[in-house]
Amino acid sequence: MQEHHHRTDKQINKELLSSIFATPKWWPIATLLCLIVYLTGMTAFGYMLNKGVGVTGLNRPVFWGFYMVNFVFWIGISHAGIMISAILRLTQAEWRRPITRAAEVLTVFSLIAALQAAPLVHVGRPWRADLWVFPYDFSRGIWINVKSPFIWDPSAVMTYLTASTLFVFVCLIPDLAIIRDRTKGIVSKIYGFLSLGWRGTPVQWKLQIVAGILLSALVLPVFVSVHSIVSWDFAAQIGPEAWHSTIFAPYFIIGAIHSGVSAVATVMVVMVWLFKWDKYITSDHLDAIGRLLIIVATAWFFFFFLEWVYALYTLEGPELAMRQLQVFEMPWSALFIVFVITAYLFPVPLWLFKKVRRNFLWMFITTISVNIGMWLERFLIIVPGLMRKQPLMFSWGTYSPSIVEILMVAMTFAWVLMGMLLFARVFPLIPLFDIKEGMVGRDEIKIGRAKVPASIRE
Amino acid sequence: MFNKRSVIGLFTDEDSVADALDKVSESGFSSAEYEILTGTPYPDGTFGDEEPKHKLYRFPIIGAMCGFIVGLLLTAGNQIAFPLITGGKPLLSIPPMLIIMYEGTMLGAILFTVFGIIFESRLPRLFMGAYDTKITEGYIGICITSTPEKMSTAEEVLKNNGAEEVKRGWE
Repeated sequence: MQEHHHRTDKQINKELLSSIFATPKWWPIATLLCLIVYLTGMTAFGYMLNKGVGVTGLNRPVFWGFYMVNFVFWIGISHAGIMISAILRLTQAEWRRPITRAAEVLTVFSLIAALQAAPLVHVGRPWRADLWVFPYDFSRGIWINVKSPFIWDPSAVMTYLTASTLFVFVCLIPDLAIIRDRTKGIVSKIYGFLSLGWRGTPVQWKLQIVAGILLSALVLPVFVSVHSIVSWDFAAQIGPEAWHSTIFAPYFIIGAIHSGVSAVATVMVVMVWLFKWDKYITSDHLDAIGRLLIIVATAWFFFFFLEWVYALYTLEGPELAMRQLQVFEMPWSALFIVFVITAYLFPVPLWLFKKVRRNFLWMFITTISVNIGMWLERFLIIVPGLMRKQPLMFSWGTYSPSIVEILMVAMTFAWVLMGMLLFARVFPLIPLFDIKEGMVGRDEIKIGRAKVPASIRE
Repeated sequence: MFNKRSVIGLFTDEDSVADALDKVSESGFSSAEYEILTGTPYPDGTFGDEEPKHKLYRFPIIGAMCGFIVGLLLTAGNQIAFPLITGGKPLLSIPPMLIIMYEGTMLGAILFTVFGIIFESRLPRLFMGAYDTKITEGYIGICITSTPEKMSTAEEVLKNNGAEEVKRGWE
């Protein structure tokens, strides 16, 4: 970290709370647009509830389409949020300070988007879903099937959602007290209620710091379990043999980290563009996350390569049939080329250049590219995997999404954007107390003729 | 609680807070009667005060045990209550039970940790006592909470040792 802008507490309060105390002109328009897209998606959902899942493109043998692709995609995005925040907190990386909150909030909204994307809309009769997940059906004596991956999945996702929401809340308490002190009347009372009467005593600060580390340590194993369990939705079911892969759990996890860290980088760039927080999120931060992305992307590519090695080396019929579809049959082959280029071949070589890593526009383009690729990756695992004849499915078939599905996919993107925009208007997206703590232990030291910013840490 | 009063002195730099704390202590106030309020976390011992003690680490352990037991009861209970044989697996199938028990364990640990953080921080706090919004602007406060008779001494000590502003408040 070479770039350092010293700010006083007053300046930090003023600059980082600007998103709350002043409404930017673009904000109502952007939020309204997201709301319109979201409500359109909800209308499509209502239409599907009324008419049945026949209005989607789902049919034998492809029963998982856009909904499930989108579910896995959003679960993936949700992972890196907490992962990056937790790992950087545990390792006490200085460059974590301005990005942890946005990463954690992205996790929460992505998880809710994932829940809206598939489990509730996909089951045909969502009003009965609670009976399949929660054990309270006393009247009929029919209880949940613990052996099903579709029970493991909600238990993991709900644990992760609860944990990440509480994580965000606990780390938000000192900042809520700052807003309480800068507002008046009913607004001050609301923030006062939410901040639980925080005063900033040494024991409260000590616990706040320990909480960040302890909750990070507890959330990380949950994060690993969630995407493993999502992968077992595929790997542990009787259906497509091509999904019966032992590397699915780590492959899904590393894929989630790849798309999620990219999403965090995108959010960082957007925060700087929208809120002018360039003194807090600098090129140094993008450089650091760019280096991390090179490692993560290459690890993911190694697993992708391994999946192909295992598929082709064993020469098993179902595996070969799925690879045949992915690579030689249109439109899957075209999508496959786009996927490989956007997820790895385009962004990673560019990230090798320092100028690209430090450039906001280039980082925005490359990280968006990764997420286009990673969405396609899930699509190419699910749809070609299901298209061919299976042991319990006696026909071949194809899939094209209906307008209802397209609108509902758009709805989840609008939800996450709208959620982030609304959050930024009510709560600080950059943790103020964390930035202030960084300023307390920071100084410039002279080494030879160079002045270098240094951090003093306990 | 209601027969106590509090007073706060606001300071701008760390050294004068440390010096003032020594004087507060010498004036007969015990460590339970005063506390430092800051808008940012400082390293332990910055103001010459004792390292804050807490018992937070007990909470996740207790929570994890509770979560594990609930997970075990839920998974075993469901399978016994509804004995559905699937895939030729035994009625009480351990691997899937372990998955849900693991999630239960982690959820219990996290819930209890959050509860522990709030409890050990002595939150929620209904009465703010002597407090000033300048604390979150970079000022450092020494808040003395004691009997009404000792309030004038407290005010005097704070004023004489570099406090820019001294304010009274209710406890």
